Amino acid sequence: MGFLDTLLGRTKPVQPKLDDLFALPSAAITLQASSGFTPTGSGSVCFRSVEGKTFSDIESDVRDLLNMDAGKPGGGLPVEVTRDSYGYTWLVSSHLSDELDGLVTDLHAVNSALVDNGFGPQLLCTLVAFRDERERRLALVYLYKRGTFYPFAPLSGQQRDNALEIQIKNALADDLKIEQDLTRWFPVWGAPGM
Amino acid sequence: MARTRYAPDRGLTVRMTVTMFLLGLVFVAFVAAIIGILTAVHASGAAIVLVALIFGGGSAIASLFYSDKIALSAAGARVVTPQEAPELHAVVDRLCALADMDKPRVAIAPTRMPNAFATGRNSKNSVLCVTEGLLYHSTLTPEELEGVLAHELSHVAHKDVQVMTVASLLAIVAGLLVRFAFYSELFGGGRRSSNNNQGGIPVVLIIMAVSVVVYAVSFLLIRVLSRYRELAADRSGALLTGQPSALASALTKFSQGMSRIPNEDLRAAEPLNAFYFAPAMKLTRGGGGGGGGGGGKSLSQLFSTHPSLEKRLEQLAKIQRELGQPTAGGLSAGSGD
Repeated sequence: MGFLDTLLGRTKPVQPKLDDLFALPSAAITLQASSGFTPTGSGSVCFRSVEGKTFSDIESDVRDLLNMDAGKPGGGLPVEVTRDSYGYTWLVSSHLSDELDGLVTDLHAVNSALVDNGFGPQLLCTLVAFRDERERRLALVYLYKRGTFYPFAPLSGQQRDNALEIQIKNALADDLKIEQDLTRWFPVWGAPGM
Repeated sequence: MARTRYAPDRGLTVRMTVTMFLLGLVFVAFVAAIIGILTAVHASGAAIVLVALIFGGGSAIASLFYSDKIALSAAGARVVTPQEAPELHAVVDRLCALADMDKPRVAIAPTRMPNAFATGRNSKNSVLCVTEGLLYHSTLTPEELEGVLAHELSHVAHKDVQVMTVASLLAIVAGLLVRFAFYSELFGGGRRSSNNNQGGIPVVLIIMAVSVVVYAVSFLLIRVLSRYRELAADRSGALLTGQPSALASALTKFSQGMSRIPNEDLRAAEPLNAFYFAPAMKLTRGGGGGGGGGGGKSLSQLFSTHPSLEKRLEQLAKIQRELGQPTAGGLSAGSGD
């Protein structure tokens, strides 16, 4: 925020950065090679809904748009919409585990629909789920406002596997823009699509 | 570039600019008057002015630097970890990620009165404090609580503590001058009047009179500025969550709940008023100022650090309309670029 904005008490809502999301498919290959985690094929976009009909219309338009391809080869399953206890909406898109490109395209469709309608600042994060052969859960979380990723590895209860997260961070340092400020690695407990 | 629904409120910007300009004007006039008085009578008043300046400036800097510690200990609040208050932290985490701002520390104050405040000299040192009353004893829904927190985070983003400290510097110095001039007149009056009593009125008395006027005017302007900062925080907070009506209903619940709280609690909280979400003294002050009949309400409004509930609700209703404007052309099919 500039000096003038501070002086006048104005906040410019932050527009999301969308492009870095496309680095995911190649990073997934690195991830599989270095630590054995493979994509589950599901991912989600999380945004803060705005009250009123305008926004809910956009929401249902996006859902219809994504469902047009559902069932076709490479199109994945119909999207699931859930609202979490914090009031955020999650659109979960499920594909086969080797269809990460299709998944990212789906996620991007949600992003651009919101941005095109002027609701870009409502985007919070996107999440792509991974598993390894020991069934450990991992998600790469993309922060729209920062354009950065961070790993989130939940254990049972509200515990995180910090060691695994650091290990993933180092493994992907060359492929993804990793969020360097660790205080921004907030936990997304119970995120749909994990 | 995508179009934005988040145009700044020009009217509010203009009003705030005018207020700050007037504050600056009073400041310049004050300095000029003091220099004028001192050069006209070459005099011993300089020491008093200098001392007031040093004390005033020093206390302003100190209060800025220790604002988080002072406010936390005044409220008896304790900083809590994510493990101690996971839900509260989760809401703050998400709001900070939406707004792309550093996360402040989160504290809880053991007060039953539902309220919240944010303070700190910069984003790294700021702290967001909520009372136990807000978290556990109020009827606020999670969305309303989120609205309150978004309002407080907007105060942090707008650097309101810094802005208000600079704005009140003038009033602090003027207030100190009045006091110093009064005491020096009281204790050293005889000696000094023999030195420079050329015009018949002692220099110190003139300085005192000017300071009183400056203090009164800047006090009012600071209150005006504070009310505009509150409106700005309401606005940014509502845009951040996209839920202006949740904030509006939280405000309504606050104003209803205040009357049920015993007086002692309210007085204990008064020093922190400027930082609070809703002013703790509002009702007591409104009642006390009502003695003058019809003018009572506007008088209490003049001295209030917070805008009236009606003004805040009116603004939120406007934001609600702005957010609900339909998109021209509808949703473009396909994910294009």
